[in-house]
Amino acid sequence: MAYSDKVIEHYENPRNVGSFAADEDGVATGMVGAPACGDVMKLQIKVNPTTGVIEDAKFKTYGCGSAIASSSLVTEWVRGKTLDEALSIKNTQIAEELALPPVKIHCSILAEDAIKAAVADYQNKHAQAAAGGATESVTLADQSICTPN
Amino acid sequence: MTTLIVQPNRPVYLDYAATTPVDPRVAAKMIPYLTERFGNPASRSHAYGWAAEEAVELAREQVSLLIGADPREIVWTSGATESNNLAIKGAAQFYKSKGKHLITLATEHKAVLDTMREMEREGWEVTVLPVLDTGLVDIDAFKAAIRPDTVLASVMFVNNETGVIQDIETLGQICRSQGVLFHVDAAQATGKVHIDLSVMPIDLMSMSAHKSYGPKGVGALYVRRKPRVRIDALMHGGGHERGMRSGTLPTHQIVGMGEAYHLASKEMAVELERIRSLRDHLWAGLSRMDHVQINGDFEHRTPNHLNVSFNYVEGESLLMGMKDIAVSSGSACTSASLEPSYVLRAMGRSDELAHSSVRFTIGRYTTLEEIDFTIARVSDVVTKLREMSPLWDMVQAGIDLNSIQWAAH
Repeated sequence: MAYSDKVIEHYENPRNVGSFAADEDGVATGMVGAPACGDVMKLQIKVNPTTGVIEDAKFKTYGCGSAIASSSLVTEWVRGKTLDEALSIKNTQIAEELALPPVKIHCSILAEDAIKAAVADYQNKHAQAAAGGATESVTLADQSICTPN
Repeated sequence: MTTLIVQPNRPVYLDYAATTPVDPRVAAKMIPYLTERFGNPASRSHAYGWAAEEAVELAREQVSLLIGADPREIVWTSGATESNNLAIKGAAQFYKSKGKHLITLATEHKAVLDTMREMEREGWEVTVLPVLDTGLVDIDAFKAAIRPDTVLASVMFVNNETGVIQDIETLGQICRSQGVLFHVDAAQATGKVHIDLSVMPIDLMSMSAHKSYGPKGVGALYVRRKPRVRIDALMHGGGHERGMRSGTLPTHQIVGMGEAYHLASKEMAVELERIRSLRDHLWAGLSRMDHVQINGDFEHRTPNHLNVSFNYVEGESLLMGMKDIAVSSGSACTSASLEPSYVLRAMGRSDELAHSSVRFTIGRYTTLEEIDFTIARVSDVVTKLREMSPLWDMVQAGIDLNSIQWAAH
């Protein structure tokens, strides 16, 4: 399997691995994928509620080298972006940056979905907080990436 | 602490089940037949041919000695895949007036399963039996699958992924008592388990050279003479190999297979003990980690195989972290089809466990240093990947992963 140097880089030195503390303010979580497919990504973003800018991001991924690299890259890219800007990140950009081969494109799609899930979770919590009530739920995104046996 | 120095483009080789290096002693025997004794073994009229024929017949004896057969029961082929094709297609065709039902197992090599699929396309009926979670087939289920129109059952001796050894003796006796031909794919078995066809109820047996320190591109099919088994040929031409497989015999290849099997006869007993202790040492080291399990029956297994699942870690990412060790994985990402190992699935393993499985196979040239190096490297990578794994987090927090609604499928 020929990996691009960038994928190897992210694998050897993943950026922002970890989790935020459970009680930290402004944290939202997106979890996508399924163990049966061989890919599960958990992306957490820490949003400044006043500015709506993502100040920090962390990830944990169960998956192949390309999946790890995709999610690691995403934590770098979303920092300093507003929620809307983060939502505009396309999987094609991730795939291009990492030089993913066709068979690994789905990893970049999953990473894009992880961003959407995290943002959706933040908006959920924000709306619920506005309605009066904190929640610790994790939003699992609907996706049809793989159909295992 | 191991001081093993691994060369950049030569990882530690622990993939002996995929293929083996040609033993230098085998290579030495082969080379004269490329440049000096190059005659066609079928040239009966001159010394070049006679010398080649002599070498071929010696090799035939060497192969038959390892497996307890008569040399006249050995047919040279291009490898175990061809032997499997020849056995199944050849026997099914020859005996088709007796019936058109075939039996095999879900864990067979693709060379058998795909051939069976082809037989189905051509009008045969095939029963593919499931296996237990140990990888062994249920004997009663096997017995029950036999019908009056069953002509052949094909069961591999040793599974390539797990090393599980089927109860060939019992299955063969059942076939014999019902008049069903018994074909055994022994590609992974020669030189690893004791085979004596003078007492085992096997009618057709496929063999490979390159799994036993011989060259790639040559194998053999054992075809029983007593009682006589007949097969239609697949390769037609000059009538070589008693009409069962035409084509000029590749003397150098056959000499290689013969010498490899000869060395196996001599050295198998001692070598397997050494390999077994290395394999057990590897498992002792790896099993110090939590949530690590062996795939396949622990007892009925060849001494060189170790198929392990490292829970909550994906197989391809694991292999990426161990580029200096050559192994195989049951993960979908590492197979061409993006599907997890069908053998592990047939054993009831979940997709996740199939994804996180690694096959280590030990061989003639494996050293203790290499095993210690492997234990250390694998432990490091598994630890690092678990720290990155959301599944590991959840398990540590006491969450049952089966209770989570993952994506809608």
